[in-house]
Amino acid sequence: MNQQLLLGNEAVGLGAIHAGLSGVFGYPGTPSTEIFEFIQSKAADCKIRAVWSANEKVGYEEALGMSFAGKRVIVTMKHVGLNVAADPFMNSSMTGVNGGFVVAVADDPGMHSSQNEQDSRYYADFARIPCLEPSSQQEAYDMMGSIFDLSEQNDVPVMLRLVTRLSHSRANVMPIPAPRGQNALAPAHDWKKWVLLPGNARIRNIQLIQKQDALTALSEKSPFNKLTLAPGATLGIIATGIAANYVKENLDDFGQPVHFLKICQYPIPIAHIRSILDASQEILVVEDGYPYVESRILGLFGVPNKRITGRLSGALPRTGEMNSDHVRAALKLKVRESFQFDAGKIPGRPPVLCQGCPHADTYRAMQEAVKVHANSKIFSDIGCYTLGVLPPFTCGEACVDMGASVSMAYGAASAGVYPSIAVIGDSTFIHSGMTPLIGAAKENADINVFIMDNSLVAMTGAQQTMATGSALVDLVEKLGVPREHIVTLKPLPKHHEENVTLIRKELEYHGTSVLIPQRPCLKA
Amino acid sequence: MEKNMILSGVGGQGILTISYLICHAALEKGLNFKQAEVHGMAQRGGAVQSHLRISDRVIASDLIPSGSSDLILSVEPLEVFRYLDFLKPDGIIITSTIPFKNIPDYPSETDLMALLEKLPRKVLIDTKSIAQKIGNPKIQNMIILGASLPTLGFMPEDFDKHLTLLFGAKGEKVVEMNRQAIRSGFELAS
Repeated sequence: MNQQLLLGNEAVGLGAIHAGLSGVFGYPGTPSTEIFEFIQSKAADCKIRAVWSANEKVGYEEALGMSFAGKRVIVTMKHVGLNVAADPFMNSSMTGVNGGFVVAVADDPGMHSSQNEQDSRYYADFARIPCLEPSSQQEAYDMMGSIFDLSEQNDVPVMLRLVTRLSHSRANVMPIPAPRGQNALAPAHDWKKWVLLPGNARIRNIQLIQKQDALTALSEKSPFNKLTLAPGATLGIIATGIAANYVKENLDDFGQPVHFLKICQYPIPIAHIRSILDASQEILVVEDGYPYVESRILGLFGVPNKRITGRLSGALPRTGEMNSDHVRAALKLKVRESFQFDAGKIPGRPPVLCQGCPHADTYRAMQEAVKVHANSKIFSDIGCYTLGVLPPFTCGEACVDMGASVSMAYGAASAGVYPSIAVIGDSTFIHSGMTPLIGAAKENADINVFIMDNSLVAMTGAQQTMATGSALVDLVEKLGVPREHIVTLKPLPKHHEENVTLIRKELEYHGTSVLIPQRPCLKA
Repeated sequence: MEKNMILSGVGGQGILTISYLICHAALEKGLNFKQAEVHGMAQRGGAVQSHLRISDRVIASDLIPSGSSDLILSVEPLEVFRYLDFLKPDGIIITSTIPFKNIPDYPSETDLMALLEKLPRKVLIDTKSIAQKIGNPKIQNMIILGASLPTLGFMPEDFDKHLTLLFGAKGEKVVEMNRQAIRSGFELAS
């Protein structure tokens, strides 16, 4: 095979296909989306099942079902998506797997496209499962060659933790010459393993704990964890995943020998940490994410007679994306000279809704309709329409997580806020907005829910959604909202006055009302 | 050989196409490359950048360290000034002079042109006029791509195969226009 040009996410997808993958499940979310899309683009040729799920929890469980049936499977999501899938995630470490099971989670250090920068390695630790964290596109591809074996041989799901920078960076990748075939259908038949009744679960819990030493031993033997001790060195550097590259970028200039431990497989390889600690007077820990390894080494009281530095000590920034400039400063190297030019203050250019976006017309009408209600509150949600909280629309005073617009509007209305308005997209509504609407409609809560129906998942690149147009209207009715208070709008400038009137009328109604602006995304 | 380049512009101006084509050309020459790009929310009409590194050795970081870029290649003139810290002290700036105004505080064109003229090593290209001459306003990014080739050490012909792959479905005329755009940028910067 020839070298290929692949995004980190695509390298994961290709590696999974070459490792005998039978199915990919997941929900779109930046920076994870292209793992699924790459596999989907080859799905027909490779006889792989690839259809987006309603949300990450559903996707995780569908994937677990495929593993139960004996097939190799991957489920993909962004870091906050794993919060949605946390229930099956935590319990799948108790059931274990049948076919190899990989949960690929893309974290977003620096929050390029996310509401937090939580580090999924803590989740892997929490569930007591192994985690692999590639440092390059080639390593991401190579890891997929052994990750399913790791899962099958140890009867655990395995996490693949990615970060934005690797997910969305391209490089040349050399694939293996002979891809592996898929597993045969061979469903599990061990109810003591798969039925998590307390009597079974207590035993599984002990078995999972008993596996931990073996999993640590595997990390210590892993080719992805590499310890290099240099004669005469006093400084030891521990770098995890992609952060290892930011260290290497500076080592030539550093000039002195250093002990170097690259960690790309967890549980933390304790023996390697012991060796580098023993050999060094000072340790610098570099991670793209939370100071996970650093804080584990420090424990509560630190390491006697050793200086441990990193994000916690202040040698590296406490938050944000890691880079080689930060590492350079931590190594006390001279700042690289750069181009000198005084350009004055350059105005910022934040993201905006596309020219002609249907959401903009809805927001203009909403803004005008709401004007007469001084105490109105608008709860936004996750998607392109979140940009409506910015000028010129400034429609939205809270945005927290998928579906929270509906539930927070309900909670605020219960506290006396009027009008209490939710703004949610059609795909986010299917993901997590339906469930709170059922409860709100049953109580006839005094809320107005805008479901911005643009017929697809826009922000992540125009993926298909599950209910749009009349199917979405029917769905909302079946959730318990009376038909006369499901109002569809045509978000176009020529309908502005009419839309303002329709919105005003619904705001006056004291009960659960749903407004659905219908116009396809420009990217459709 | 190692070349680092910051590509800048506004979401939707086609900078990902530029970097995609350069990566393919590097791949065919057997060079290593890393190219970091921006997806998701930032793509929506906001400032976007791509870091492109090409080398005959192993490349460590996907991101270009500050003061290490040989070139800032921009499809929008204001965006140039956002990334100057990445540029080497003797680095080059190649940019389109055609503003993309989607913010209220965009500077006046006179001020912006005066600032561009002050840059020591630069190639300023009126991509709009050239694209009009070729007959397709959408190929401005390809003119800019062409202008980067002398610095990167590539020739316009290196892109023929992938232009056909990328635009072949739109017809031979579209492929030829893109080819012409790359050549005209190349000639201006040579």
